Amino acid sequence: MKIHEYQGKEILRQFGVPTPRGKPCFSVDEAVAVATELGGNVWVVKAQIHAGGRGKGGGVKVARSLVEVKEAAQQILGMQLVTHQTGAAGQTVRRLLVEEGAHIVKEFYLGMVVDRSSQRVALLASSEGGMEIEEVAAHQPEKIHTVRIDPVTGLTDAEGAQVARDIGLPESAVAETVTILQGLYRAFVEKDAMLAEINPLILTGDGRVVALDAKFNFDSNALYRHPEVVAYRDLDEEDPAEVEASAFDLSYISLDGDIGCLVNGAGLAMATMDIIKLYGGNPANFLDVGGGATTEKVTEAFKLMLKNPNLKAILVNIFGGIMKCDVIAEGVVAAARQVHLTVPLVVRLEGTNVALGKQILAESGLPIISGDEMADAAQKVVAAARGV
Amino acid sequence: MSILIDKNTRVMTQGMTGKVGQFHTINCQAYANGKNCFVAGVTPKKGGQSFEGIPIYNSVLEAKQQSGATVSVIYVPPPFAAAAIDEAVEADLDLVICITEGIPVHDMLRTRQKMQGKRTILIGPNCPGLITPDEIKIGIMPGHIHKKGRIGVVSRSGTLTYEAVGQLSALGMGQSSCVGIGGDPINGLKHIDVMRMFNDDPDTDAVIMVGEIGGSDEEECARWMKDNMRKPVVGFIAGVTAPAGKRMGHAGAIISGGQGGADTKLAVMEEAGIHITRNPAEMGRLMQKILKSS
Repeated sequence: MKIHEYQGKEILRQFGVPTPRGKPCFSVDEAVAVATELGGNVWVVKAQIHAGGRGKGGGVKVARSLVEVKEAAQQILGMQLVTHQTGAAGQTVRRLLVEEGAHIVKEFYLGMVVDRSSQRVALLASSEGGMEIEEVAAHQPEKIHTVRIDPVTGLTDAEGAQVARDIGLPESAVAETVTILQGLYRAFVEKDAMLAEINPLILTGDGRVVALDAKFNFDSNALYRHPEVVAYRDLDEEDPAEVEASAFDLSYISLDGDIGCLVNGAGLAMATMDIIKLYGGNPANFLDVGGGATTEKVTEAFKLMLKNPNLKAILVNIFGGIMKCDVIAEGVVAAARQVHLTVPLVVRLEGTNVALGKQILAESGLPIISGDEMADAAQKVVAAARGV
Repeated sequence: MSILIDKNTRVMTQGMTGKVGQFHTINCQAYANGKNCFVAGVTPKKGGQSFEGIPIYNSVLEAKQQSGATVSVIYVPPPFAAAAIDEAVEADLDLVICITEGIPVHDMLRTRQKMQGKRTILIGPNCPGLITPDEIKIGIMPGHIHKKGRIGVVSRSGTLTYEAVGQLSALGMGQSSCVGIGGDPINGLKHIDVMRMFNDDPDTDAVIMVGEIGGSDEEECARWMKDNMRKPVVGFIAGVTAPAGKRMGHAGAIISGGQGGADTKLAVMEEAGIHITRNPAEMGRLMQKILKSS
């Protein structure tokens, strides 16, 4: 689960990581009021959306007067911000962060991830702040310094100081940086984060080290023990179809094709998308109904897919396993009746009682096309989507 | 022969008295030698009771000492599942298979740290389990689709493994053992570990390796295979069409920071001499073709 920058900074401050003073705003008036309250003569007005690359898209503006704060807030609030992470449609800006300006002497990068191969939390640090870390990794990998943190000791003082020196922080700022690194690590572990980034971390004119940005992604499997993180969830930033699916315990991801897929199991669901593509079609979604494809779940899944105006056909691919095919077939028929299916439906069932399952589909009176195996079903649904 | 488990394996079930544990215990008990293999259940505070004739103990250690079980399968709910693995490791079991999906990643990081230097092998979490056809099934896979034979199967996915097994069985190719290593980013045995076992198993002639997007386990396995694998391998990677940055159902199935894409994996696997197919419906037929020509 992702959160906004201002929320990430709230967490960082709780763990002793300095950030600029600032507040979230939901209106232009509020933005001016916050700037007035903060005082000073330079402010930064930042669009709050979950995607990165906001600056390049025009979502971050420096203001040198309250009039400029107002103008920036007017421009950014409500804009459709397009970045390399939002897709072409962009994301509507509904929240701003107004904070005091900072005097940047140098920018650095700090990141933390769960490293799968070492099975530890890894700290990534670089002198190349402000850049995407993937870019640095591709072109200047030697500039990324990595520490795979021992969960027993945590990030030690010595490791922290070494990283601070490796990325070129001055000796006078090393102790402060160690505090920041250890604070970030504690936040990462205690809040069950999967990814955290401070990009950039800056050295200021008066020698302080400050987190100028904050990005967090949390483990959705651990949210049950973090109501404070769940409270940060902003549904406006999520795909409405995916939000609706999660309410029914369906794993759904919107794609840009026209063939809906309803599958049990994540691996088979991906493979079903792949085989549709292989036979010249385009999947409209990833959808895993889980082990038990019940009538209720299949009905909700159909409803979700049918909301997509591009949808031209649906492929149901169920490997029955322990569930019997006749039971699944009855569920599919009941669901198809309930939602008044308007597009061709291809069903491929495999497992116990498959013949009985196919009979139920055939005798339903519904225009269901039966697929014999995965390849046959994929070819039939691609043809159906083309209107062949 | 087979890998990891056979008809002489003795298993305890942690979380046997929950709904999921009960359902699958009955199924596992009914498969092949299951009646003799599943000898104990562990549920704290329910020691002394029994389920389907299987005695329940309060702790893993007690279950091990009383029943002689050296393998455990876990159906404990996610908030308590990592602790259940820890308990099995502490009791020095040979093998722990964790079926539970949805364990917090940081719990698994701590558990894997605690496992350092211990002899217990972990499979999963978030996996279907493993099976040696006609001998023993430990997990949630449908037993009836399997057939005894000489092909090994290793996979990160559940139903996609069944798909591969179903294709093999339909073409008359049985399986030596099928191992689901699970879809979580922090887990126990990886592709490479299981592949080593199949390579050394005299009763396995060839292997189907099913991977998916996310991480680099398949690449690590492929690099090892290039110089070491003596048996033909058919490979498939799910998620060629998956968009970057999205978690595709499995917690570990995500392309992040340009890493973990299917095309990269397929390229490394092909380079290592694995017979790859991009068509998930062709895994069985490709295996048949290779075995005929060799």
